[in-house]
Amino acid sequence: MTPVDIRITDTTLRDGSHAVAHQFTRDQVRATVKALDTAGVPVIEVTHGDGLGGSSFNYGYSLVDELELIAAAVEESRQATIACLLIPGVGTVDDMRAAADAGAGIIRIATHCTEADISLQHFGLARKLGLGTVGFLMLAHSIPAEQLAEQASIMADAGAQCIYVVDSAGALLLDDARERVEALLTRIGDRAEVGYHGHNNLALGVANSVVAAQAGAKQIDGSTRALGAGAGNSPTEVLVAVFERMGIATGIDLEQILEAAEEVVCPMASRQPTMDRDAIMLGFTGAYSSFLLHAKRAGDRYGVPAHQILAEAGRRRYVGGQEDMLIDVAMDLVDRRKA
Amino acid sequence: MAGFKAAIVGSGNIGSDLMVKILRDDTIEVGWMVGVEPDSEGLARARKYGVEASHEGVPWLLAQNEKPDVVFEATSARAHRENAPLYADAGIQAIDLTPAGVGPAVVPVVNLVDRLDAPNVNLTTCGGQATIPIVAAVSRVTEVPYAEIVSSISSRSAGPGTRANIDEFTKTTARAIERIGGAARGKAIIILNPAEPPLIMRNTVYCAVDDGVDRHTVKRSIEDMVTRVNEYVPGYRLKADPQFDDPSPAWNGYGRVAVFLEVEGNGDYLPPYAGNLDIMTAAAVRVGTELAAHKLETIVK
Repeated sequence: MTPVDIRITDTTLRDGSHAVAHQFTRDQVRATVKALDTAGVPVIEVTHGDGLGGSSFNYGYSLVDELELIAAAVEESRQATIACLLIPGVGTVDDMRAAADAGAGIIRIATHCTEADISLQHFGLARKLGLGTVGFLMLAHSIPAEQLAEQASIMADAGAQCIYVVDSAGALLLDDARERVEALLTRIGDRAEVGYHGHNNLALGVANSVVAAQAGAKQIDGSTRALGAGAGNSPTEVLVAVFERMGIATGIDLEQILEAAEEVVCPMASRQPTMDRDAIMLGFTGAYSSFLLHAKRAGDRYGVPAHQILAEAGRRRYVGGQEDMLIDVAMDLVDRRKA
Repeated sequence: MAGFKAAIVGSGNIGSDLMVKILRDDTIEVGWMVGVEPDSEGLARARKYGVEASHEGVPWLLAQNEKPDVVFEATSARAHRENAPLYADAGIQAIDLTPAGVGPAVVPVVNLVDRLDAPNVNLTTCGGQATIPIVAAVSRVTEVPYAEIVSSISSRSAGPGTRANIDEFTKTTARAIERIGGAARGKAIIILNPAEPPLIMRNTVYCAVDDGVDRHTVKRSIEDMVTRVNEYVPGYRLKADPQFDDPSPAWNGYGRVAVFLEVEGNGDYLPPYAGNLDIMTAAAVRVGTELAAHKLETIVK
C-alpha cells in the first residue's frame, strides 16, 4: 500500500446524521459504507450525530439503534475501520464497550474545548480495550490557540493518538485555523497527531482543511456531499480532489469517491445542507452547528425566526449539547416581542 | 431545638457552605467541623464562628466525650467509604453528600419520609436533587414510561471529583430518576459550560406522557412540587411554564412535557451561579432538620 500523507475520516454517517435528523436506515448505512470502503476511505464514522447514547428527546431519536448501524457498517467494510463518537456527559463507558463489541475500531471522544479533563476515564478505557483513539476539542474557535493547545495536551496525556481542532460552529477563518493547528503541534510534539474537522457555514471547510494540512495536520474530516450539521462539513470528495492536485496522498480513489458521493449519498439524503441564512448565522456568531434543525423546529413551534434563535444562542455562548436552551431562547424571544 | 448536634466532616467549599446554612437553622447545632489540613481556611472560619474544629479527621471526632447525632459528609466518595462504618459503629446517622452511595439515595420532598431511620443516606447528585422532584410530580399523576434530564452547570462549579468521573453523574442520576422519580426508564445528560460570567445552573426535564393526559393536572402537580422544593432551595424556580407537545413519531411515538428549571444558589459561602452545589447543601440541611424532628417525635412518644 502506498503511504498516505493525510488520513481522511469520513463522517457522513455520524455528522451527516444531524442533516437527516438521525433517520438513517440500515440499507443506507450499508450502501454508503460499501461505496466509501471501495473508494479506499480508511476511517468511516457511524454514530448518532450527538455520539453514542445521543438518541433522546434532547437531540432527536435515531430511527435505527446506532449499535445495529455500527454492526452493519463493520460487516460491510473490508478495509476501512469503523469509528464512533462519544461525548462524555451524554454517552458513557458502557456505550463505548457496546460499540467496541459491535466491532468499532476507533473511538473519537469529544468535549467542549475547555473541558478536556472530563475525558480521562474514557480515554483510559479506550486504550485498555485496544481501540484507536481520537480527541475532539469542539467549538475550537471560542478560545485562543494557546489555551486550546493546553487542552490538547491533557487529551494527549490521557491517551489520545490524535487531537482534532473541531470547528463545530464553522466560525474559523483561515489564519485562525492555521494558528490553532500550529499551536497544538508545538505543544504536543510527537505525543499525538493533530487533526482538523471543518464546517461550511462560512464556506471555509475545505480551505481551512488545506491550511491545516499545510500547517502539519495529519488527519482531516470530510463528509460526502457535505452531509453534516449546519451548512455541512468539508465534502470528502472535494478534499480528495484538492489534495490530489496538491500532491498530498490520501489513499482514496478520486473517481470512486465521486461515484459514492454522486450515486449513493446524494440520492439518499433527504435534506442537503446549504449555506442559508440560518447556517451563515451559526458561523458568524459562533453557535454549534447541530443547533440548526433544533432551532428551526423551535422557531416553527413558537413562531420566531430560526436565525434569530441561533444568533442569540451564539451570543449566550451555549455549548454543544445544550439543545434544550434553544426552546428557552425561543420562548424568551416571544416574551421580548410581547414586552 | 436544643440537643440535636451535627458534625461537618470536610472543610472545603461544600463543608463551608453547609456550616453557614446550619448556623442559620435553629433546629440543628453545629458542634464540630473536621478536616485533614492543619492550615485549612474552612477550619479557621469555623473557629471564628465558635465551632470546635480539628484537622485530625474522624478519629478525633469520635474520641470526643460527646458524640454528634448526625454527621454531614462533605469529603470524597473514597473517604466516606472508609468513614461510614466508623459512624455506624458509633451509632451516628450519616448524611452523605459524596457519590459513595453507601446508604439509600434520598430526595427530601420525594422519599425521605421512608428513610428517616436509615443509618446512612446519600444525596445522589446535584442534577438528581434538581430534577427528580419534577419527575416524581409527573409520575404521581400519570404514568411516565421514560424521563430524561439535561443539567447544564458552569465549568467553574464542577470540581475535580465530578470531572474525573462524569459517568458517575449520568449513571447515578439515571438510576435515581427511575427508582425515586418513578419513571420506568431514565436518562441523564450533563453539560459543562465555561461562559463568563458563569451561567446559573439550568435543568431541563422531559417526561414522556400519554396522549390523553390531563395537562392541567400535570402542570398543577409540577407547580406544587416547585413550591415545596422552594421551601429549602429559595433559588429553585420554573424558567417558563411546562411545555406540552403532542406525540411524535420522531420521539418513539411519545408525547412529552418539558420543564425548564433554574437553580440559583443562595450565595451562603458558594457563589450564586453554583446552584448545583447549593441544592446539595440545602437538601442535606433539609434532611438534617427532618432527622432532628423525627428524633424529637420518637423521644416524645
